[in-house]
Amino acid sequence: METFFQQIINGLSLGSIYALLALGYTMVYGIIKLINFAHGDIYMLGAFWGYYVINVWHFNFISALLSAMLVGAASGVIIEYFAYRPLRRSPRITALITAIGVSFLLENGMSYLFSSNTRDFPQIIKQVNYHIGGVLISNIQILILVTACVLMVLLQLIIKKTKMGRAMRAVSVDPDAAELVGININWTISFTFALGSALAGAAGVLIGLYYNSIDPLMGMTPGIKAFVAAVLGGIGSVPGASVGGFIIGILETFVQSIGLSAYKDAVVYFVLIVILLILPAGIFGKNTKEKV
Amino acid sequence: MKANVKYNLVWLIMMVAGFYLMNTLILVGVIDSFIENMLVTIGINIILATGLNLIIGFAGQFSLGHAGFMAIGAYATAIVTQTASTPGGFYASIFIGIVISIIAALIVGVPTLRLRGDYLAIATMGASEIIRILINNMKITGGAAGMFNIPQFADWPTVYIMVCVTTIIIVNFIHSRAGRAVKSVREDEIAAEAMGINVTKWKLAAFVLGASTAAVAGSLHASYLQTIAPNDFGIMESISILIIVVLGGVGSITGTFVAAVVLGVLDTVLQNFGALRMVIYAAALILIMIFKPSGLLGTWELSIKKIFSRSKRKERVES
Amino acid sequence: MSKLLQVENLVKNFGGLTAVSNVSLHLDNNELVALIGPNGAGKTTLFNLLTGVIPASSGSIVLSGENGTYPLNGKRAYKIADMGLSRTFQNIRLFKNLSVLDNVLIAMTSKFKEGFIPTIFRFPSYYKTEARLVAEAKKLLAIFELTDDVDVLAKNLPYGTQRRLEIVRALATKPQILFLDEPAAGMNPEETANLTQLILKVQHSFHITILLIEHDMSLVMNLAQCIYVLDHGSLLAQGTPDEIQANPAVIKAYLGEEA
Repeated sequence: METFFQQIINGLSLGSIYALLALGYTMVYGIIKLINFAHGDIYMLGAFWGYYVINVWHFNFISALLSAMLVGAASGVIIEYFAYRPLRRSPRITALITAIGVSFLLENGMSYLFSSNTRDFPQIIKQVNYHIGGVLISNIQILILVTACVLMVLLQLIIKKTKMGRAMRAVSVDPDAAELVGININWTISFTFALGSALAGAAGVLIGLYYNSIDPLMGMTPGIKAFVAAVLGGIGSVPGASVGGFIIGILETFVQSIGLSAYKDAVVYFVLIVILLILPAGIFGKNTKEKV
Repeated sequence: MKANVKYNLVWLIMMVAGFYLMNTLILVGVIDSFIENMLVTIGINIILATGLNLIIGFAGQFSLGHAGFMAIGAYATAIVTQTASTPGGFYASIFIGIVISIIAALIVGVPTLRLRGDYLAIATMGASEIIRILINNMKITGGAAGMFNIPQFADWPTVYIMVCVTTIIIVNFIHSRAGRAVKSVREDEIAAEAMGINVTKWKLAAFVLGASTAAVAGSLHASYLQTIAPNDFGIMESISILIIVVLGGVGSITGTFVAAVVLGVLDTVLQNFGALRMVIYAAALILIMIFKPSGLLGTWELSIKKIFSRSKRKERVES
Repeated sequence: MSKLLQVENLVKNFGGLTAVSNVSLHLDNNELVALIGPNGAGKTTLFNLLTGVIPASSGSIVLSGENGTYPLNGKRAYKIADMGLSRTFQNIRLFKNLSVLDNVLIAMTSKFKEGFIPTIFRFPSYYKTEARLVAEAKKLLAIFELTDDVDVLAKNLPYGTQRRLEIVRALATKPQILFLDEPAAGMNPEETANLTQLILKVQHSFHITILLIEHDMSLVMNLAQCIYVLDHGSLLAQGTPDEIQANPAVIKAYLGEEA
């Protein structure tokens, strides 16, 4: 029982990072139907930014996190402006390949500029472990979980309660109709990228703290996992992305804990396929049948 | 009927001429082993990408799991030729790879092909990863380290002939009753079904055919390079095949050839740039996509028949 | 018992909504029947049930053939098409990026078999089958004056021609029964008149049964031998055009309470 709760705790903290990343995928997908392959690399940029400002400018955790979110947001907006906006009326698969190109560019550009070495992330917060009823939980895990949850709630508030959030929802349903009622589509899409990428930037700093190591290719695997989480939850659905992220995180830690870590990813993909076969549009996705 | 024989003859002559051209260039020394290596890689990529183009471009099913089927072929050849180290063993291993990949494609395809668009892409990607992870954890496949010293039976003529054979199969499939059925599924599933097309069957047919040619490519890859590891067949490999398809033009086999050659040459030229190689490659990819969104050739197809009938029309106009 | 198609107590529920409730109808050989009713009455849903696009919740659909009767419920759409029920769609569903000829050839796919190996390696038998297919398709296209357009992509045809091609495509499956879903939608009176002639021609030269949904009453009253009126998912009336025009329930459904 104790190990069970231990795994839940570990799974939740890993899952919250996947969830933060998945939110970015799901928002971008919801609004322009693009699998933003470069999203995982924005997370890498966030981690590198955190590494830099903490080491060089001696930022504390909060300012490192917030500035990484700003950097993430800015890079998301820039990428959208230069790489995706010219392709908005092109076949979706073209935009997908461009996104893959951007991902390659960021990964290899960072490797070229700053070398592809793995480096230690500065531990600005001293790790303290608490034993609660036989379950080991560190302050960093709590911090990650709390930060992730706060950000997710904030995001939900922005989407549901603000004018910009309403515009985002409108554009995701029907961009042409949204434009007709006076919504600035370009602004809305930029804003969506900014929001999603800010979360990725935050996830980058959190993962740096959690795993203590970063490198230019670190975005690849979590990026794909987070995308799987978004699909699992129902891509385009914000609560779906959070739930999907937690499911994948918990699933991974459990598979690992029963000694099957070599099959960790296989189990994740298997569960994904099974869920898609039962719910073809993910857990929270709307399965829209074509009207004849 | 006479006309068909004529067109087919022209294609045959072109293929034989291409073979002798390469042969001569190698004998003369214009093509050194470095360039030969590049050409073989291009050939294998052509086999992979034409199969994927059949699935994506003609059947309209977004599959991201091509590398998994390639892995099956590669490991079939590696395992079989280690014990049966003869050309006969090599061809038997290709056949075994095809059979296993067809079975795998059926297992993957029957449930997942009902999914749409990006959901299908992710499901096939997952299936392909499962195949890779299984290989990664098996004894017979050498685990994560992979397999070494695979006997080399695939030289450039084998690859050249295989490129011709698989392309003929896929192109003939596309330009036939089967191809039309598959394209109708891409255009409108509901209308196709109402016209008597068994949508599930034709989706599966395209998927299985694509998967089996991927297995052939995998066999050639293993036998030519003589070393394989599970990580050669990851998501990135599936993506790089997808890049060839999209760059050439989704729905154009000619485009796939052009893109495979362009990317192969680009890759070789960029070897000189060291660490900058991938940066330039990525930038080139983005720029091509922005300025040529429907791929290098769109859906244009080289057709001897069209060239003939066009020149005939010209004659008529002139006379 | 010469009913070509016999439909008994057909029901379709979408969640709590009953789109089609207890509809029974029958079609005779070479008969031209119209299905009319206000918008949302369930006409297209009924078509979708009959052609297998969606499964019925309950009820039976039975087709009579030369060698007995065949139940159609629960069969997939392509099977039903194979058994001789073909259709057009309300909002034209041609294979837009394929040529006019290909559109027709696709509809003939299941009628001309050719093995995988002969196809892939281009045996003489492949060319023979293909030549026969193309000849037959072109013959059909010629009847409907589409010969000049064989190589045109379907999406580039004018609207009226697209509607015509959809009928040709449906005929290419060699149907016993043809379902036309609002064939005159979006047409001007002249085009509608031409279409009326075309439908008559189809009925007589192909010897098939036609069931059509239509809002254009001039077309319905000119063509139909029998009319079914659907309202709120159930049959309101059935009869000859004259009977329907005089039926008070039908007039009420169409014009409201006052009339």
